[in-house]
Amino acid sequence: MTPLLLSSYTATTCLGKGLEATLAGLRDNHSGLKPCIFETVKLDTWIGEVVTVDGQKLPKNLARFDCRNNRLVQLGLEADGFGDRVREAITRYGKSRVGIFLGTSTAGILQTELAYRRCDPETGRLPDDFIYRTTHNSFSLAEFTREYFGLEGPALAVSTACSSSAKVFAAAARQLACGTIDAAVVGGVDTLCLTTLYGFASLQLTSPEPCRPYDVVRNGISVGEGAAFALLERLPAQPTSGSVLLLGTGESSDAYHMSSPHPDGLGAKLAMAGALRCAGLPASAIDYINLHGTATPANDAAEGKAVASIFGDRVACSSTKGATGHTLGAAGAVEAVICALALTNDLLPGSPNTTTCDPAISLNYQLRSASGKVRYALSNSFGFGGSNCSLVLGVAQ
Amino acid sequence: MTPTSLKAWIEGIGFLAPGLADWPSARAVLRGEAAYGPAPSNLPAPGILPAAERRRASRVVKLTLAIGLEAAARAEADISQLATVFTASGADGHNCHALCEQLATEDRQISPTRFHNSVHNAAAGYWGIATKSMAPCQVLCAYDASFGAGLLDALGQVVIDAQPTLLIAYDSEYPEPLHSKRDTPDCAGVALLLTSQKTARSLAHISLRSTVEMAQKMLDPDLEILRTAIPALRSLPLLQMLAKGESGTVCLDYLAPMQLSVDLKLC
Repeated sequence: MTPLLLSSYTATTCLGKGLEATLAGLRDNHSGLKPCIFETVKLDTWIGEVVTVDGQKLPKNLARFDCRNNRLVQLGLEADGFGDRVREAITRYGKSRVGIFLGTSTAGILQTELAYRRCDPETGRLPDDFIYRTTHNSFSLAEFTREYFGLEGPALAVSTACSSSAKVFAAAARQLACGTIDAAVVGGVDTLCLTTLYGFASLQLTSPEPCRPYDVVRNGISVGEGAAFALLERLPAQPTSGSVLLLGTGESSDAYHMSSPHPDGLGAKLAMAGALRCAGLPASAIDYINLHGTATPANDAAEGKAVASIFGDRVACSSTKGATGHTLGAAGAVEAVICALALTNDLLPGSPNTTTCDPAISLNYQLRSASGKVRYALSNSFGFGGSNCSLVLGVAQ
Repeated sequence: MTPTSLKAWIEGIGFLAPGLADWPSARAVLRGEAAYGPAPSNLPAPGILPAAERRRASRVVKLTLAIGLEAAARAEADISQLATVFTASGADGHNCHALCEQLATEDRQISPTRFHNSVHNAAAGYWGIATKSMAPCQVLCAYDASFGAGLLDALGQVVIDAQPTLLIAYDSEYPEPLHSKRDTPDCAGVALLLTSQKTARSLAHISLRSTVEMAQKMLDPDLEILRTAIPALRSLPLLQMLAKGESGTVCLDYLAPMQLSVDLKLC
């Protein structure tokens, strides 16, 4: 593909708001996870919560969008001056020429979960103040973002569970290549809710401890929440040195099982190979891999096999979910931004909470953050339904 | 810059809506050769699934397999190789209701199957398992604009990745109490198999550009109700031209004020 410029990017997770807090957390091997005390949830697990979400007030004219998920959208959009960069792009290109491509798994379903507790005992009706379209619906975060910036161009939500906000990079790149738009706001936002906490618990996939990706005694995920965005534009003739570039995307399907990965990671291999092919790079060019690494026994074993089959045990790799938790539909964008930080700060991020690598997985796994030159990074995101996406990012020299 | 590169050949069509069992029956109604008779959508048991899975298949799984396989069969396509773009205004409404209802009680030990069926890409996941296709699979939502969003991304995949892509646009209903908040009346959907190269099976060529014109409405009041009540059926004016064998330009509802103007040339 023709490389694209990430002219601005930002991430907000339990590590903190914006790039500075995220980078500091990664450098210090900090984990933002804490025991689950979310809402009325009674589960023996740990979560990655963004504690400042509920302090957000949405603009009055967008009050109908008010819910935890859209509050996190706004919090994330206004970190690192990202919103201002978007407004400048709209001035440059026009309000119908900037597209919105956001990933989510559950959007604002928490709003519906809470509304069901307030159903009229006589009629069973949901409360009048509950608005499905602008909170629960998977498109709500994209519609909110489009209206927040007063845009009139294309918008969509990708909802392929935990690969959602990696796939938005591919969808936006296609429309930029076709000339439908001149810039794209891509990203992902997911927030804590009962469906995912109790759902992953029902599958016995939540850990009673902070998650330990790729550890020999890993025993499940820590559900997190997050918002991460990037502004994608065509590359100028002379990109500024240090600019982060989207170089390749690869998408595939496992065609195997709804909630278990293919045991040999066949779909994951196809996605990684596709992203390398799309970037026109050999596997040997990659300096760092941000693994999907959810810390479930099955995911890490399958992904480890797939990565080893393409890259051997040379490339430094880590899952950063011990730091951020698994931000589900936001994970692809959060981890693309972590790759951008790795590329621009000569950083090989480590894996908080992981102490002993699984000896059955032969990878060059980065337990502790370290300095190292990263010219090309690959990020993996895999989801329920067998949905896989890999991204290749690079930095302009 | 006016985007002119969003174009493809239509190789196959699948269709299912209330009172319209498949594309041939829809085609007859859209041509004016048969009267439209409102009736609940009839979702066939998916023969492609093993017997046990077939009995458990949800309404959205039955719907998407029915229309996707119909379009692929018309195009004589190898379903195990097809890239897919699923687009839907919502996920499985009945499953969502059951989860929310249980999570509102003290007993929150939800069923793991209900949980993995709650993802927006559940129907797409079952499609992959049934067809064994490991090709890219997109799953989108744009509320009432979901058909247009799916068409844009599917054409993007055809043009940029040059791979045959099956667009499956579909919607389903919520039970009460959510139904009062989102009143999609029934299951319906349309599938279009799109390719970058003309073949002996090509039905028509389409090219897409954005516009701010008004979308075309259906003259038949029953069909106009379907067009406005079910997001995937915002495609009906385009399908009517295909059914009648008319070349021309048609404007479809997308995301106000952006609409999609489709230039259709019959083969």
